[in-house]
Amino acid sequence: MIARYRRGLAWGIACVVLTDLIALTQPQVLRFAVDDLYRGVTSEKLGRYAVILFAIAVVSGLFKFWMRLTVIGISRHLEYDLRNELFAHLQHLPLRYFQRARTGEIMSRATNDLSAVRMMLGPGLMYLVNTVVVALVSIGFMLAISPRLTLLSLLPLPLVSLAVWVFGERIHRRFEEIQAHFATLSARVQENLAGVRVVRAFAREAGELEDFRALNREYLAKNLALISTSGFLNPGLAFLSGVAALLALYLGGRQVIAGHITLGEFVAFTTYLAMLNWPMVALGWVINLFQRGMASYRRILDILDQPAAEPEFGSGSWAERRTSARAEVRERIGIEFRDLTFTYPGANRPALRSVSFTVPAGRTVAIVGRTGAGKSTLLALLPRLFEPPPGTVFLDGRDVRTWSLEELRRHIGMAPQDPFLFSATVAENIAYGVEHAEPAAIERVTAIAGLDGDVRAFPAGYGTRVGERGITLSGGQKQRATIARAVLRDAPVLLLDDCLSSVDTHTEETILRGLRGEMARRTTLIISHRVSTVRDADEIVVLDEGAVAERGTHAGLLAHDGLYAALVRQQQLEEELEAS
Amino acid sequence: MSQDEEVLGRAYDGRLMRRLLGYLKPYRGQVVVAAVFVLLDSLVQLAGPYLTKEAIDNGIRHRDLAHLDLVALLYLTMLAVGLGVGYLNNQIIQRVGQHVMLDLRVALFRQLQRLPVSFYDRTPIGRLMTRVTNDVDALNELATAGVIAIFGDLFTVVGIVFAMFRLNAELLVVTFSVLPLILIVSLTFRLRVRRSFRDIRTRLARMNAFLNENLTGMGTVQLLNREARNYEEFRQVNAQHRDSNLEAVFYHAVFFPVLELVGALAVSLIVWYGGRQVMWTGITLGTLVAFIQYTQRFFRPISDLSEKYNVLQQAMASSERIFDLLDMPVEAEPAPALAPATGNGRAAREGAATGRDEGRIEFRNVWFAYQDDNWVLQDVSFDIAPGERVALVGATGSGKTTLTSLLLRFYDVRRGEIRVDGRPLEAWPRGALRERIGLVLQDPFLFSGTIESNLRLGDPRRTHEALERAAREVGAHEFIERLPGGYGAEVRERGATLSAGQRQLLAFARTLAREPRLLVLDEATSSVDTRTELLIQAALRRLMEGRTCLVIAHRLSTIQDVDRIVVLHHGRVREVGTHAELLALGGIYARLYQLQVLGNRHGDGAPAARDRAPDAAVLRAASGPGPGSSPVVDSPARLV
Repeated sequence: MIARYRRGLAWGIACVVLTDLIALTQPQVLRFAVDDLYRGVTSEKLGRYAVILFAIAVVSGLFKFWMRLTVIGISRHLEYDLRNELFAHLQHLPLRYFQRARTGEIMSRATNDLSAVRMMLGPGLMYLVNTVVVALVSIGFMLAISPRLTLLSLLPLPLVSLAVWVFGERIHRRFEEIQAHFATLSARVQENLAGVRVVRAFAREAGELEDFRALNREYLAKNLALISTSGFLNPGLAFLSGVAALLALYLGGRQVIAGHITLGEFVAFTTYLAMLNWPMVALGWVINLFQRGMASYRRILDILDQPAAEPEFGSGSWAERRTSARAEVRERIGIEFRDLTFTYPGANRPALRSVSFTVPAGRTVAIVGRTGAGKSTLLALLPRLFEPPPGTVFLDGRDVRTWSLEELRRHIGMAPQDPFLFSATVAENIAYGVEHAEPAAIERVTAIAGLDGDVRAFPAGYGTRVGERGITLSGGQKQRATIARAVLRDAPVLLLDDCLSSVDTHTEETILRGLRGEMARRTTLIISHRVSTVRDADEIVVLDEGAVAERGTHAGLLAHDGLYAALVRQQQLEEELEAS
Repeated sequence: MSQDEEVLGRAYDGRLMRRLLGYLKPYRGQVVVAAVFVLLDSLVQLAGPYLTKEAIDNGIRHRDLAHLDLVALLYLTMLAVGLGVGYLNNQIIQRVGQHVMLDLRVALFRQLQRLPVSFYDRTPIGRLMTRVTNDVDALNELATAGVIAIFGDLFTVVGIVFAMFRLNAELLVVTFSVLPLILIVSLTFRLRVRRSFRDIRTRLARMNAFLNENLTGMGTVQLLNREARNYEEFRQVNAQHRDSNLEAVFYHAVFFPVLELVGALAVSLIVWYGGRQVMWTGITLGTLVAFIQYTQRFFRPISDLSEKYNVLQQAMASSERIFDLLDMPVEAEPAPALAPATGNGRAAREGAATGRDEGRIEFRNVWFAYQDDNWVLQDVSFDIAPGERVALVGATGSGKTTLTSLLLRFYDVRRGEIRVDGRPLEAWPRGALRERIGLVLQDPFLFSGTIESNLRLGDPRRTHEALERAAREVGAHEFIERLPGGYGAEVRERGATLSAGQRQLLAFARTLAREPRLLVLDEATSSVDTRTELLIQAALRRLMEGRTCLVIAHRLSTIQDVDRIVVLHHGRVREVGTHAELLALGGIYARLYQLQVLGNRHGDGAPAARDRAPDAAVLRAASGPGPGSSPVVDSPARLV
């Protein structure tokens, strides 16, 4: 990845070296100027020295500008590339991964850790080179002036690096502890606010306040611990560099008095020493940057090393994939479950046991069953949100595992149980699963889903934003939006996972009427708890504890007088109750 | 973060500042010491260049070794003093800052405990969290890096000017000719960088929001083959973020070298002009060196000023939001004369009434709506006599929970009145009222802490023995003893490590320990095993003994145990009577009961699921239109 920026980086590092080398000639000019002052000098010559000093600053400043622009700029580009790569990879990971990993942690990889890597590659690299160049050159010049003086006055400087390195690391650790405690504190406030009614009901306010105060005291103590460490660093550094300056002043002064070096050399020497100060601080800092950067990079690699859902499709750029994967969609295809037994990774009981049935092309099969019966699992296996065992789930006569994910999912329109809308406009959300959607098409499917009336009432109609920065939709509105989304995909297979549970009976009737036409052209699997929804299906499959308990048409199952018949009676009673 | 949180106002607001300074009052002494130390620190900073001049002019130039020794010693002393003063100064400022933050946080938290419950219905928790955390931290910045540092900087700057003036006024004028340049460069930079930082912040927020949303909705993304397009969109927000950062990088790349260039210009001027003076008017080399050093120390605080300005602005915005919250009206309590347990004649009169009415609950023509005229309760009237057990039955949204919220005075009734112990609710201090009523919730909310702290609920009057006795009586003692640590066992947030049955028993125990006169019981619907179910039933019976009980009933067994059943339907009392009477009536209750029986006949699921059928029907029936049309909860009993 860095390879792309090799030339840029080379130029950037060249700039670091050049700006340093040029700036390091300044003490030499000062030296001649001072010595001349004492030997007698013309005002003209003095003016020339001033001009040279300024010229050095101009040229060195120019390279310094390029240095920052190039090196720091490249680190931003690298961060950008790495973040893109991370995002692309995350999109390739199987859903299983996201159920295990916490969103907050992944976010932290993509933000804090990426920042740490960038700091290592940008400022870290820049100041590392800077330190090396400045140290080598100025120590060289200083040695030329007086080896003894150099050795003595340089004594405190490694301490500076050491102090920054050691204290820096300790400060960082304490800081992280504080952050962790802060998270606890926040969680505590969150808990209190979420449980506000319980707190009030039990008149617990005073106790809560006391607990909060105790946590705060602990937080305070941790902060004070950090302060006592970090507060030492800056005065300590000032002290150490001051001691170095003092040593130069004192020892150098004695050398001047003894006639070993000239006053000009003395001034040059102290200037070099002053110039060494910052690189020494930077060195300790750079070590920390590299330590943190490497640790962060390893954490990022942990994600990048996660196997993709489809290794063979995992590589190659998105642009390539978009053009290559545009095979045509088959028209009418059937579904088959063949002796399907499925256990979730990590679970010890199968969610589905020996499920076998087919949905012929263009037919509608309804699935009923109590919560936990395995209905949603069954549907999730078709688009391979979870991997079914080989030879158990077939689409168009082909094991779904032999399809590419892209192709497989293009054949499926699914309205999942818990609808997920993005912070975008209503129209964008409905058209989320298609490349280009005509407004007319969006309006048509919205009408089918019985959402058109609602949308017209929104402040900006189809252009109304939903989510964080927009309006909040009710559960029923969200469900209908996902139905519209699934229908708009115009895929030969339609999966409806209990997606009418939050709408009232009347609206449900309307939606079902509209959907009927769509279902006739498609192969449909529909999960519902309502008899009214499933009654007209070509076949009704009753799942119980992961296995098929009953199968048949509405009339057939009523005659059978089993689980389904009980459900029907129960719902009749409920309707009567509601009407009373 | 919503958009209004990004708005920044003035950097200085006298009213806010005075109020903020009020928080420093308890630490007045320390602030004064810190101020003194800041001045000392600045003096030390000023001494360095002057001592250098002394060493060069009087030590080295005059070949006076003794003087050089003396100066070196002074220099070392000064460094040591600087180290000590710098450290102490920093410590004091930071400590005071941290203490003030603690005070503010606690004040905010206390305020949050006193705001009315209805406040929480309309305010997202996230926003309140921001007040307690981020906004307080913005003030921390002000306290630690801002205010006092500004005074220190100011003093340093003045001191340097004074020192340079004393050294050579003419040279000072020449050097300061570059000052306008510094100001122009800093101000231009400040304006641009602030804008680009604002860009960076909003773009970073947008990128993180996008990322977060995609991670949460990854299932939808993958299902709809949106990967390629979302990658493209992500690449764009990522690129925008990078570009605004690159802009900031550019400004920094320009600013720092230019600032150094201005510094170099000053040095060149000193060398040129000062050098000529060395030859002609005899100012010393040491003066030149000191001048150069002073100039460098002068520029830093000047160029830092823009950053301080930002801190100040941020802090003002934050403190405004914090004070707004602190100024919100809290729940009003009744005037002391109305409150019970006072010694005057009126209270004595009421005390007499209490004898007859103690433990009585009366609902008289209660009307209530959360907003406008969407009535949740309409003209609800019924009494519960002392010691009587009454069950409330009805659909979700029929108003059962609202009724208990009114009884606990989370909200005030719109019309009508509720009386407890013969006294209207408004006459009760909330704390005393809630002490009197024991509430057992459907999903008992446990706090992070220990088992004992959850039983005690912050009341120091209850001894460990009393708590243990309560736990024994409801049969919770056994399982508590088996936990690692017993009564000291850790309870995680919301009691995540305990089973539903265990949480229920703990809730019983903590209520029993309070020995309330009245009991409001919202029965559990979560499934537990048969053994636990038996335990819970026994505990319930123990808990209800001798108390006035209002039960929101889901369980067949409890319903049959109570003295009277009140059926709420769409916010109205529709039927009242005993189980047998209501069955004979053949109305709503009879149908609910039938449903439950039907559910049981076909029920082959977990044993505990059997007794819960009415509620399932209730949930189902509630999904019609009306205020209670919340998403239907999927219940196992709906399909058995």
